[in-house]
Amino acid sequence: MIGFRTLFYKELLRFYKVLLQTILAPVVTALLYLVVFSGTFKGRPDILPGVGYVAFLVPGLMMMSMIQNAFANSSSSLIQSKIAGNLIFILLSPLSTFEFFLAFVGAAIVRALLVALGIYVVAIVFVTVPIRHPLYLLLFGIFGSGALGALGIIAGIWSERFDQLAGFQNFVVMPLSFLSGVFYSLRSLPPVWQTLSKLNPLLYMIDGFRYGFFGISDVSPLLSLAIVIAFCAAISATALAMVARGYRLRN
Amino acid sequence: MPVPAIEIEGLQKHFGSVHVLHGIDLEVASGEFFGLLGPNGAGKSTLINILAGLTRASAGHARICGHDVVSDYRHSRKTLGVVPQEVVFDPFFSVREILRIQAGYFGLKGPENERWREELLAALMLEDKADVNMRALSGGMKRRVLIAQALVHRPQVVILDEPTAGVDVELRASLWTFIRRLHTEGHTIVLTTHYLEEAEALCGRIAILKQGRIAALDSKQALLRRAVHKTLTVTTAEPMGTVPEALRDKVRRVTGHCVELSLHKGVDSIPGILETLRVAGYTIVDLTTEEADLEEVFLELTQGRTG
Ligand SMILES: Nc1ncnc2c1ncn2[C@@H]1O[C@H](COP(=O)(O)OP(=O)(O)OP(=O)(O)O)[C@@H](O)[C@H]1O
Ligand SMILES: [Mg+2]
Repeated sequence: MIGFRTLFYKELLRFYKVLLQTILAPVVTALLYLVVFSGTFKGRPDILPGVGYVAFLVPGLMMMSMIQNAFANSSSSLIQSKIAGNLIFILLSPLSTFEFFLAFVGAAIVRALLVALGIYVVAIVFVTVPIRHPLYLLLFGIFGSGALGALGIIAGIWSERFDQLAGFQNFVVMPLSFLSGVFYSLRSLPPVWQTLSKLNPLLYMIDGFRYGFFGISDVSPLLSLAIVIAFCAAISATALAMVARGYRLRN
Repeated sequence: MPVPAIEIEGLQKHFGSVHVLHGIDLEVASGEFFGLLGPNGAGKSTLINILAGLTRASAGHARICGHDVVSDYRHSRKTLGVVPQEVVFDPFFSVREILRIQAGYFGLKGPENERWREELLAALMLEDKADVNMRALSGGMKRRVLIAQALVHRPQVVILDEPTAGVDVELRASLWTFIRRLHTEGHTIVLTTHYLEEAEALCGRIAILKQGRIAALDSKQALLRRAVHKTLTVTTAEPMGTVPEALRDKVRRVTGHCVELSLHKGVDSIPGILETLRVAGYTIVDLTTEEADLEEVFLELTQGRTG
């Protein structure tokens, strides 16, 4: 227990010591999106009934930032310490596979939640975003960023160089997070794209998260939650198996 | 009979098609000061990494104090402290933070553990650097932190992979005093070094690894006795000109009035050699003999060196 707490605390410190880059920067980025897109699409008809476009954007941007930051946190921590070599201090310790996993995912979730909170706090100065179902918000927030934190562990372990990790980020995480209905509703897409979008697990994170705010969504929130939890479980199982086997960690 | 500190059975390691360890069998008893020597690339660090769980063996088993390093890794790692060969560090933290975090990984906290960490800082002369960020330390100081990190959990078995590479003379001396103290207090010590005088001075038993195989495993005294050569230095009244034909293949060095010869124990006789020199017209003024040191035994065993 002390072992897990120490690693978790160390991972928190790691991003806390560079708060500007790990929390503030993503908040500013999300707000820039908000400003640009709300300016561009001003006067457009509401996407969800009774929800203005700017308000509609806020949850999606929050979840997108959570997704990207949760992934970035665990993956960059792992690859940095792998390349610097200081990962051995963790590998030499008696920490269990589960403690290792939980500490990295836990820190990723905390960072993601802080970024989301930051975006929300600034956004509500300009636009009203109600919170209808806080429990859903929390569940989608935790399982969504947990899944991406676990995916970050997989990518961090698999990558042997920084450019491999950047590839993973640019060709997997970024496209999936952008094409997950942050800027539009599923209903506004042509049927083919609707079907394709439904294969993207990140879509359910954003749709369900949005439900938590407005109480309206494209997909039933319980179905979305089930899909997100199943996705999180599958990614976690893969990450745990990799850590347990020592894949690319203990060659 | 207490449980051996280290038990290694049939250990093999392949890196792809490269065969690095060819079936190592080795046992280190509890409380030993053990030397693991061998030329670059012999497989010393690979062997240590397997014991530490940093590398998985391709075949065979290893146990630390009876705990299998794979199936019972939590116990084996708690009883083992490893100082890695490469200097690595976490640039986010200060020395004191690093040690506290490392102890935390082992589930340790509280004032008693903190006192031990302060003791480590003092013994390794790191007190005035304790709150300095790791990035700001010199190479030798980073290595001291590595040693402290390996000891935060007071491991029963301590393995040091070239701990004195790049460490200044003063610290080297105080480091050995400290390691000797740990040994006296009952810790098992395994040391890897290329400074053979260190191994000769400290270790009770020594294994010499050569291309992934144990080339020799014996007590230090027995290893030294194995040396087949000793050195004979003869000083003559006349300056050394041409060395007599019969002695040419034994000559190591000729300087002024001195000739240094390498003798094969049990084959060459000193009186015979002196007689040869006398016949050649030299007057013998002085002579000294020198037994082989560990370095010579090492070279003979690892290179099959002769004369
Ligand atoms: N990760 C790896 N991948 C491939 N080959 C490796 C790897 N690690 C070590 N080797 C090879 O294994 C052999 C043994 O290396 P090892 O580091 O164990 O030697 P060593 O005895 O510690 O040498 P040194 O005295 O230089 O530290 C070397 O030939 C090395 O090239
Ligand atoms: Mg080595």
